Amino acid sequence: MDLSYGPEYEAFREEVSAFLKTHGDKAPKGSDMRSKAVLDWQALLIEHGYAARTIPREYGGYGAEPDILKSRIIAEEFASAQVNSGLGGQGISMLVPTLLEMGSEEQKKRFIAPTIRGEMIWCQGYSEPGAGSDLASLKTKAELDGDEWVVNGQKIWTSTAHIADWIFCLVRTEPDAPKHQGISFLLFSMDTPGIEVRPLVDMTGNANFNETFFTDVRVPKEQIVGARGQGWQVANSILGFERDSLGDPNAMLSRLNRLTELMREETVDGQRVIDNPIFRDRLMRIQGRVMSLRFNELRVLSDRVSGKSDARLARMVSKLQGTELRHDLEALAIDALGELGLAYGDNPYLRDKGTWQYYYMFFLGLIIGGGTSQIQKNIISERGLGMPKEPKIERK
Amino acid sequence: MEFGLSEEQTLLQDSVRRFLEDNAPLDRVRAFADEADDSDIWQGLIDLGIGGLLVSEDNGGIGLGHLDAVLVAEALGYSATPAPFLSTAVLLPTALQAAGAHTDMLADLVSGSLRAGAALAESNGDRLNGGVSCAGSNLTGTTRFVLDSKADVYLVTDSDSGLHLVDQGASGLSARKLSHIDATRPLTELTLDNTPARRVSDDPAVLQRVLTVGRTMLAADTLGAAQFMLDAAVAYANDREQFNRPIGSFQAVKHMCAEMAAEIEPCRALVWYAGHALDEAPEEAELMALQSKAHTSEVGKFVAKTATEVHGGMGFTDLVGLHYWFKRIGFNRQMLGNPEFLREQAARVQGLVAA
Repeated sequence: MDLSYGPEYEAFREEVSAFLKTHGDKAPKGSDMRSKAVLDWQALLIEHGYAARTIPREYGGYGAEPDILKSRIIAEEFASAQVNSGLGGQGISMLVPTLLEMGSEEQKKRFIAPTIRGEMIWCQGYSEPGAGSDLASLKTKAELDGDEWVVNGQKIWTSTAHIADWIFCLVRTEPDAPKHQGISFLLFSMDTPGIEVRPLVDMTGNANFNETFFTDVRVPKEQIVGARGQGWQVANSILGFERDSLGDPNAMLSRLNRLTELMREETVDGQRVIDNPIFRDRLMRIQGRVMSLRFNELRVLSDRVSGKSDARLARMVSKLQGTELRHDLEALAIDALGELGLAYGDNPYLRDKGTWQYYYMFFLGLIIGGGTSQIQKNIISERGLGMPKEPKIERK
Repeated sequence: MEFGLSEEQTLLQDSVRRFLEDNAPLDRVRAFADEADDSDIWQGLIDLGIGGLLVSEDNGGIGLGHLDAVLVAEALGYSATPAPFLSTAVLLPTALQAAGAHTDMLADLVSGSLRAGAALAESNGDRLNGGVSCAGSNLTGTTRFVLDSKADVYLVTDSDSGLHLVDQGASGLSARKLSHIDATRPLTELTLDNTPARRVSDDPAVLQRVLTVGRTMLAADTLGAAQFMLDAAVAYANDREQFNRPIGSFQAVKHMCAEMAAEIEPCRALVWYAGHALDEAPEEAELMALQSKAHTSEVGKFVAKTATEVHGGMGFTDLVGLHYWFKRIGFNRQMLGNPEFLREQAARVQGLVAA
């Protein structure tokens, strides 16, 4: 057990921290992904290797060897300086690694550089109304007509479809093949005629999701990644891929610290919430869970650094446990606030900009999205514990 | 950066596990429940060096770290092993070395020729008007839920957070066995009437250290016991068939197992870090011990119930013997502070309790 990063990495941390001191004030504050400030900042981050770090130079990246600790240090330093850590989104986090893995040379040259620079924003067309947890049963079809695929069908949960330039989309091209072998992975412009995007308002009041409809959308034949019918493997090719951009690794801890402060600040009948032993006990209970997941993540990180797989199960449980815990943590803040915890929108008594309610709901979305907690439990029990699969029921 | 076990640590845990599999299987645990003699198991563990794990080389031990002791505690919990590990190999050596007192006794603890008990329950909240007071060098009072029933010497705390040694057979000392749910670790009630004692320490920090180390080991014991119960539940669910298929293929059952794994796995990192902190991050050690014991106790309670349920009616019987682990986890939960007590201490340590 050695939790120090060592001198090489501490020197790297100094570098990142010096960069942030010199350039931090140039970081954009707003959320407009098209603004010049955002694009300039992204370019500066790529130039210094703090974004697109491991993307080869020939495709516009920084070209560093993958190094999980360095990526983590970057994430830690940007988070602690509260500086914008560059663009994310499904184009950068999912499509680019997929193309690197499975794309043709021409596709890599055409799509990766503009994507990582933020000039080409992508959305992901995977889920459908009838294909959620059972994604491989998707029905949106593409039929070859001359040199073009003709796409018809509907996608749902397409985040950022309303602003995206392009979509990477799973479609059924071989209707007679078994379901996993009949899917292809297409790329097409969102300006193509026949695409309709309808916003889907979620329970937080935001509309980041959409329903996306395709009616005779014509896609050039060569805009397929991998071979016909290979789309399922293409989509899953990055499952084991470790992204080189990490979110704030200490987000949960910062949130817990803020919750502790909140309970010291807020009063009920003149008594601080923290002085109520029931709330104090709930806070400590949440802290115990936060600690256990924090050390679990360190163990997973270390496992990745060493390239061992001693912590396979520890890795598998982190989505399930992390989202459930975060939901519970936000819920405790709402309870600590009582009626004040209901405040939302422009309520003058709002605490912490309404983030407790927002994240309470947002994390319920994450419990469901990206593989529901129930799907996670199937994965943990079947792949982690070696339990038998549920027998498949043949449809009459 | 390495958050994990060294090769030596993995070997140590494997060797203890193997020894226990061969020499202290369930039948042996059952026999102990009837006869209360674990001397062969303890001698075997002594031969593996467990008695000297936390005793410095200067004092005749092997001076390993607390993470190593955590791994041993985990293995003992996994096998629900009857052994005076906590009192003899952990609590007394910690007290003597932290206080720098009576260190000449350590060699006998290492060799197995001396077996220790520990009377600390009243420092975690007194419920029966118990407690021991010290006058001169003599102790008077009653202390309950004392670890071990065959001790040669007891580590006894007094009402001023002092620590003392009381020999078995000392004048005015009487002991009686207190029956309780966990047959693998006997408890005793000691009554002292002007009983001569040797002082170990009058520094509350020494007692605190003893409690902190002890709680970390109990957390590890619970982790091991919970892991055993999960393994047993998975094996049973994969084997047992109903409706022409293994019950482990039903989501209702496999999700119970997944939930147990999802709770247990992060406890491993938590408990490892708590052990590591005892040597390498002393400023965090007390909080880590409090929170890791509180949290593993909650997880343990959930696992003890759920794993038993996965076994269906058999889980409820004595036949399968799963109840030894159920009770082991229940015992660990209350000893040296239950979760509510520990969490209040954790809040106090962090300055969250108004003066």
